[in-house]
Amino acid sequence: MNYIQFFHMRPEASLLGFFLIIFLYDLIYTGRSRRYFHPLVCVAMLLHTVICFRDTSEYTLFEGMYHSNAMIVFVKAMLAFGSAIVVMQAHRWLRITTTYYKQGEFYILLLSTLVGMYFMISARHFLLLFVGIELASLPMACMVAFDKYRHHSAEAGIKYILTSMFASAVMLYGISFLYGTTGSLYYNEVREGLTASPMQIYALVMFFAGLGFKISLVPFHLWTADSYEGAPTAVTAYLSVISKGAAAFTLFIVLTTVFAPMIEQWQTILYITTVASITIANLFAMKQRNIKRFMAFSSISQAGYIVLAMIGGTAQGMSAMVYYVLVYIFANLAVFGVIGAVEHNIKNEVRRETLDGFYKSNPKLAFLTTLALFSLAGIPPFAGFFSKFFVFMSAFGAGFKVLVFIALINTVISLYYYLLIVKAMYINRNDTPVPPFKCSIITRASLAICLIGIISLGICSFVYGGINSISFGM
Amino acid sequence: MDFTLSILALPLLSFLTLALAGKFMSHKAAGITGTATLTAVTVLAYATAAIYFGAGRTAEGIFATITPFNIEWLPLGDTLSIDLGIMLDPISVMMLIVISTVSLMVHIYSLGYMKGERGFQRYYTFLSLFTFSMLGLVVATNIFQMYIFWELVGVSSYLLIGFYYTKPAAIAASKKAFIVTRFADLFFLIGILIYGYYTGTFTFAPQESALIAASGVLPTALGLMFVGGAGKSAMFPLHIWLPDAMEGPTPVSALIHAATMVVAGVYLVARMFPLFVEYAPDVLHIIAYAGAFTALYAAVVACVQTDIKRVLAFSTISQIAFMMVALGVCTSADPHNGGLGYMASMFHLFTHAMFKGLLFLGAGAIIHSVHSNEKMYMGGLRRYMPITHITFLIACLAIAGIPPFSGFFSKDEILAACYAYSNATGLFMSFVAALTAFYMFRLYYLIFWGKSHYEEQKALYDAGRTTHKPHKPHEAPATMTVPLIILAAISCVAGFIPFGRFISSNGTAYAIHIDKSVAATSIALAVGAIFLATLMYKSGNSRITRGLNSSLRELMSAAYNRFYIDDLWLFVTKKVIFNCISRPIAWFDRKFIDGTLDKLAAGTQKAATFIRPVQSGNVQSYSVWFLSGALIIILVLIYLA
Repeated sequence: MNYIQFFHMRPEASLLGFFLIIFLYDLIYTGRSRRYFHPLVCVAMLLHTVICFRDTSEYTLFEGMYHSNAMIVFVKAMLAFGSAIVVMQAHRWLRITTTYYKQGEFYILLLSTLVGMYFMISARHFLLLFVGIELASLPMACMVAFDKYRHHSAEAGIKYILTSMFASAVMLYGISFLYGTTGSLYYNEVREGLTASPMQIYALVMFFAGLGFKISLVPFHLWTADSYEGAPTAVTAYLSVISKGAAAFTLFIVLTTVFAPMIEQWQTILYITTVASITIANLFAMKQRNIKRFMAFSSISQAGYIVLAMIGGTAQGMSAMVYYVLVYIFANLAVFGVIGAVEHNIKNEVRRETLDGFYKSNPKLAFLTTLALFSLAGIPPFAGFFSKFFVFMSAFGAGFKVLVFIALINTVISLYYYLLIVKAMYINRNDTPVPPFKCSIITRASLAICLIGIISLGICSFVYGGINSISFGM
Repeated sequence: MDFTLSILALPLLSFLTLALAGKFMSHKAAGITGTATLTAVTVLAYATAAIYFGAGRTAEGIFATITPFNIEWLPLGDTLSIDLGIMLDPISVMMLIVISTVSLMVHIYSLGYMKGERGFQRYYTFLSLFTFSMLGLVVATNIFQMYIFWELVGVSSYLLIGFYYTKPAAIAASKKAFIVTRFADLFFLIGILIYGYYTGTFTFAPQESALIAASGVLPTALGLMFVGGAGKSAMFPLHIWLPDAMEGPTPVSALIHAATMVVAGVYLVARMFPLFVEYAPDVLHIIAYAGAFTALYAAVVACVQTDIKRVLAFSTISQIAFMMVALGVCTSADPHNGGLGYMASMFHLFTHAMFKGLLFLGAGAIIHSVHSNEKMYMGGLRRYMPITHITFLIACLAIAGIPPFSGFFSKDEILAACYAYSNATGLFMSFVAALTAFYMFRLYYLIFWGKSHYEEQKALYDAGRTTHKPHKPHEAPATMTVPLIILAAISCVAGFIPFGRFISSNGTAYAIHIDKSVAATSIALAVGAIFLATLMYKSGNSRITRGLNSSLRELMSAAYNRFYIDDLWLFVTKKVIFNCISRPIAWFDRKFIDGTLDKLAAGTQKAATFIRPVQSGNVQSYSVWFLSGALIIILVLIYLA
């Protein structure tokens, strides 16, 4: 065995390095020096993002089980950067007494899931993929239940782990069908054995269901609302962007590299799930009053747009999807950052009524939320408009005109419920609005990063150009 | 001639500077910025004219059209594109001179007139914007660029009319001006699009073959363009905005609503003149009739107005109509016969800009001094305002057509062109010219002669019968009188410019000669009209005036109310269009379009409530949905796809 191969896994290696440092810090430093714990983690995460970019050449390691190239490294760095923002926003939450003593666990759990996602993305073997998925799921359940003395959090945790197990079982069942019909678990060998027999269709759908659970596509989405609502806000944010983004990218790779011979079948699946996700999630989102629940349905609907980009399976589709996820990270994290800050200040769950008159008391945060919601709804000139545009263009280019039309109608519906929040903040009167407050410096920095992302990503065309130059498809 | 680009760039720069930094500038700094820029522009414009006309003629004996700058801004097809550039030819160079001169005078004059006004910086900002737009309009290389700047001119006119935005009348006037001209511009745009579509280009001189192919629609296109021009140039019945536009500051009226913007329509017809003459002579003659009617109508209305600016406004309408008539009576013959009107029109445009600018600036000085527009507050001002009096008199003589002032020469050429077309037209226009002399001298006597309003009030005050101490009228400051003197000087000598050497219908030089019989008739008529005005108005309320007033009461009150044209428009828009077209459409929109969408939205809401139970919170049921969803997809894939 060639040990030098480990050093080519630079993102994973650096992440594990930081993992160990944080783990040791947690063990060794107690008392006052723990004040530096959170800033240290933030710096480590940002540093890790930079390290990822150091080597973007193409590697295939461990007998073809592990694969890396420029796009994969970019996605990993993107996820790491998103996680860094999540950690920055969690600053206040991690300092309250019930979480302060166990913040080390939070970092370690988070980094574990991130490592799992890295393996999901880089895997070229179903076993490694499955290990990655499990590594990303199990610690996630702990994170969801992190506020374990809070009833909702514990409930969310148990729901997440049960559904996750169920999904894993179904997926494993599907993978076993694949092994049974092709005699291999390597992506390239499985691909050669695919003939679209009914057995393989079972396998495809079951595999899809497993990842559909993580992306929270309808009908595999039912856990989303409960878990998002109950989980600590930072974890919800993490679930809604990082976990989802990683799973979506993995699905894209598996569909285009393994299931390429069955393109007609998975295009149909994507067609059905996209329409179902966008439409049904929109219908649910309209009725939600709890903001986190509302954002859960919003994220299901956004997931529909993410998989819409996959439907052609082309390189253009991949760039549209990665760009969409990148923009989505900034916009969604901005909203969750504000929700987390408000929640921390009113010590209660945030409902739509809570935000009535928010603009009067906290104009800057209200403005940021508005921009983020506009970006999510896809209003020009914010980044969300361009990302939606590219997704529609790639799907249109693949010939799915009716689907694009349905998605377009749904954008109008989504505009309605996003604007409901804007209306609450700016127009609705409230005698007791959220009192004015100041976020901590780290949180403010993270919100500023999101703001820059929302505004500049759309205008700086080189971002999309750069992604487009390294993307690959069928 | 690359420097011509800065003729456009400088006012734009001044506009941007004042718009962005004007708030932080003192009044003086803002005024000086605007005026200094305009001085530079004027110098450049004169240099351009000197170089252009100094370069001499080509072998064919015409001044070459040169394009020192042109970029393709928006390519639309193989041949069709929207360009932005600068084109110099005799009429655009002449317009550069007119605009920069009058604009400079107005800039200087405003330093005194607008002194201490709120929004002084804003005023100069808008003036710069207007100057930029107007210059861009006249040097346009193609009809679309002209249209772009045409609209910009409309916007700056709107902004300047509504300058006193706290005055409801000013707001109403600015809206009226914008809407009416915009309404006309719609036809202009349609005309441009037809023109571009059929000739394959927006330039002023398309290929001969393209023109022949498009000759069927050219009259329509040109006619529509004329409607746009009629809007800007206040031709009947689209003239209604101009008298109201007098709500703006008086220097603005001088610049925009007398000398430059309102002649844009004339300039447009002159610009398209070769096409009009060649392909749409009938349209050209319709323009002549429309112009003749407008000239008479406005002159009659001007005879009875009491607001001095309104008299001048109607006089402007009438004089622009003269220019339109001159263009309209042209035929494709050589400049001595058919094409005389073209030169005459441009000549009159030039002289009119100077003396009408002078009249407005003089009126501004009077208003500045007595603080009112109404004639009842005036009278006897010649003793208090000698410079204004003399310059105003010069302008009155010029517009009345008394030699050797400039108006005589240009109007004489117009009348000669009319007589060349038909005797009836000539006689008609001579009559209007006589009316012009009459109403101008009526105005002159009412302002400067007769009983002084100040003295009457002072007598009352001294006798203790009023507590209101009247203001003593005073001569305007030097910033205001100097432009008056300069414009008066130009009005005295401009008539001797050998205009035909620079501008003629086919481009070749030709010498102006005074048609003796026409000149004699018009001088006799003008002198007669002035004599009549002297009898009636010199000593205030004479017996003749009273007699006329009682016998012609009906006619005068109709004329005072502008023959109810404004009311007619109001009736057409408010009663007919709003009730018969707008309301049914609004009803359809509310009931059918909104209704359908409301139903859809309600349906969506219903569906949202309907599917809610699925999200029960029960994990077992979640698993059931999960599996059944997967199974349904499998079934679809195996049995349906």
